[in-house]
Amino acid sequence: MITRAENYEQRLERTVLTPLSRTGKGYYLFVGFLLVVVAWGVYAFTVQLRYGLLATGMRDQVMWGLYMVNFVFFIGISHAGTLISAILRVTQAGWRTPVTRMAEIITVVAISVGALMPIIDVGRPDRILNLIWFGRFQSPITWDILAISSYLTGSLLYLFLPLIPDFALMRDKLGRGASSLKRKIYSILAVGWKGTPEQHHRLERAIGIMAVTIIPVAISVHTVVSFIFSMTLRPGWDSTVFGIYFVIGAIFSGIATILIVMAIFRKLFHLEEYLTERHFRNLGYLLLVSLLIYLYLTFSEYLTVGYKLPTEEKHLLEILMLGESAPWFWFFAIGGMLIPAALILYRRGPVIPKLVIASILINIGMWLKRFVIVVPSIQVPLMPFEFGSYSPTWVEWSITAAAVAGFVLVFAIFAKLIPLISIWEVAEDAKGHAPEAEIHPARGFAFESERVSE
Amino acid sequence: MREKGNNLSRRDFIIRSAGAVGALTILSTPLISVLNRDKALAGEANSQHSDGTAKKRQWCMVIDLKHCDGCVGLDTPPQCTQACIMGHYKPNGMKWIEVFKHPLPGGGSFFMPTPCFHCENAPCVNVCPVGATYHMEDGSVLIDQRRCIGCRFCMAACPYQRRFFNWGTPVQPPEAAFAEYTPETQFPAIKGTVMKCNFCTHVMRAGKLPFCVAACPRKALYMGDLVEDVGSNGAEVVKLSRFLDENNAYRYKESLGTQPRVWFLPGHGELVGRRPDDPRELQPSFWPWGRDEGFDRSVGVWPWKESVPWTWEEKHK
Repeated sequence: MITRAENYEQRLERTVLTPLSRTGKGYYLFVGFLLVVVAWGVYAFTVQLRYGLLATGMRDQVMWGLYMVNFVFFIGISHAGTLISAILRVTQAGWRTPVTRMAEIITVVAISVGALMPIIDVGRPDRILNLIWFGRFQSPITWDILAISSYLTGSLLYLFLPLIPDFALMRDKLGRGASSLKRKIYSILAVGWKGTPEQHHRLERAIGIMAVTIIPVAISVHTVVSFIFSMTLRPGWDSTVFGIYFVIGAIFSGIATILIVMAIFRKLFHLEEYLTERHFRNLGYLLLVSLLIYLYLTFSEYLTVGYKLPTEEKHLLEILMLGESAPWFWFFAIGGMLIPAALILYRRGPVIPKLVIASILINIGMWLKRFVIVVPSIQVPLMPFEFGSYSPTWVEWSITAAAVAGFVLVFAIFAKLIPLISIWEVAEDAKGHAPEAEIHPARGFAFESERVSE
Repeated sequence: MREKGNNLSRRDFIIRSAGAVGALTILSTPLISVLNRDKALAGEANSQHSDGTAKKRQWCMVIDLKHCDGCVGLDTPPQCTQACIMGHYKPNGMKWIEVFKHPLPGGGSFFMPTPCFHCENAPCVNVCPVGATYHMEDGSVLIDQRRCIGCRFCMAACPYQRRFFNWGTPVQPPEAAFAEYTPETQFPAIKGTVMKCNFCTHVMRAGKLPFCVAACPRKALYMGDLVEDVGSNGAEVVKLSRFLDENNAYRYKESLGTQPRVWFLPGHGELVGRRPDDPRELQPSFWPWGRDEGFDRSVGVWPWKESVPWTWEEKHK
């Protein structure tokens, strides 16, 4: 029993740690490409700083555009991670262990990229600190700042805590070949982890507390993001369902993002043994559940206004369903919900490619959905105006591309610095199959002490 | 080892007091903004009373649509809009008071001059994250463009779309550039901030009627004070409450609950000889200093011309 576990453990360490010490040419090329995209986005931002928001397609009627769409989109993706991994941890879903690490990295990266968007969007980025010096608690933007910064802090902690034993492992295993700087950094990050039962006990407790704490914070984040819209008197935004609508949408697009990321790294880092079809299938079910809830909320959202048809809402629905935003709206409805649902439900064929296609469709659909939430609502004139019009300029597209590239870039860098699979937890799970190690708090140190005595 | 108990408690003490200081710091951060705001408000209140009059005002406006023909009968652009542009040195495209052609049920139309409504329950003031837009004691809603961060949340919140943004560097005549900035005059205009009608409180302090009221050739606009219950269009003085009642005054989109301070008296310009089916359209307003022809406040295009004529680089070449 022990020898099998040790073999398994060694193989696990080798598979997960190899990408950290060995880097191919393709990786540098890819990172270089991403850097070019980001640099182009930075250039576009300097153009915008020089000329002001004049360089964007936004004007007095359509006063928010792609930046706001990206903000909601990235904050949405950030729910992938921490919320899902925390829920799975709290419900003790046994299959979660190889998934959580990637989910948590997605959260940290997406929330950082998302939080940049409003700063790019404001007319006076130089005065952004006014939000702190003169912050008003009555404004939903202040709620956003509080919620997002708490969420970022929380998810950084929640990413870091389960990493401590893995940092210690890298300090011990990776250090020999690697540079002394790398070893030093890992040993600082390992905060003196020795794998004693006492340490294990404390770590488990800390992770448990964080997992419970992070759930309400995560829900509050997307709720207050939706409040930016629903606290106004605009058609389509003036809605009581927006809080939960945004939260579910965030979880929906978040799970889709995890699936894409998992499939990519499964292939690249040869993680087939740990990220099995079962993980994909289970996440696929979660995806389907959130899809169905989102479908239901979308249906009730549009039915309640479409049934009564107040003038401004009528204009909005015309733009959305028949007018200039109709292609985007129907792509979201059909390509982003119905086809993915069919793909998940359809039993035949390979699971993983099907789910990845569904996830890509869902993410495109959800980006478009955020677009049709933000833009058409402010195109509807509230005064005897013409309808507003908006077409993003190259500056906005460049910054959007840079945001996506930046997200991938930071993720790629993370993938080279920390193991994408929680080694100690997966190894523990493998040990956990032995019936005597089933008792919860003992599970950790029973395994760890064996490892140390080895 | 010998002082183990002692050490531990000292350590505990330090940790706890550090924790308490930390918690206090975090909990007291809201105070910073509260204190700052009080300071800012104190400054505004002093300037409010610096003219020596202790009298409280509650400004409001009454627009008699029976008298408004959008100036089409005079064959000029709407004079209220034009006087406002000239008086405030407004950047191109901004119409703080804008005349809309509003449809009537029988196919006709009426003209509706629309300033900022200075709502008592103002959605813009509610959502501003930095308190850059605020109520004055006299009921007007102002914007401090030195504090505004340009998030445009107030523009999203305003149900009357009466707010305008300085998308680029605003073009104004030299008079504006040399003036000292106050939130009441709003010039010199600041790039990346929001502007709107300010009820001309600075003009009224000098004892004059607002630009639009004074300029209206049809005498359709009345400036009023709810405290003294009077209103005037420059030609006559009315008792406000009776005037509103007798003329069936209404407020635009009353059901929103924003409580505007601008009342309309229904009409279509009949008292100045305009028929509801009059096909004549409004004449376009003009900005004598606006060198940016092609700049459109409703459609964003970039770059819409081969060069941007008013940028810093251009001037300093």
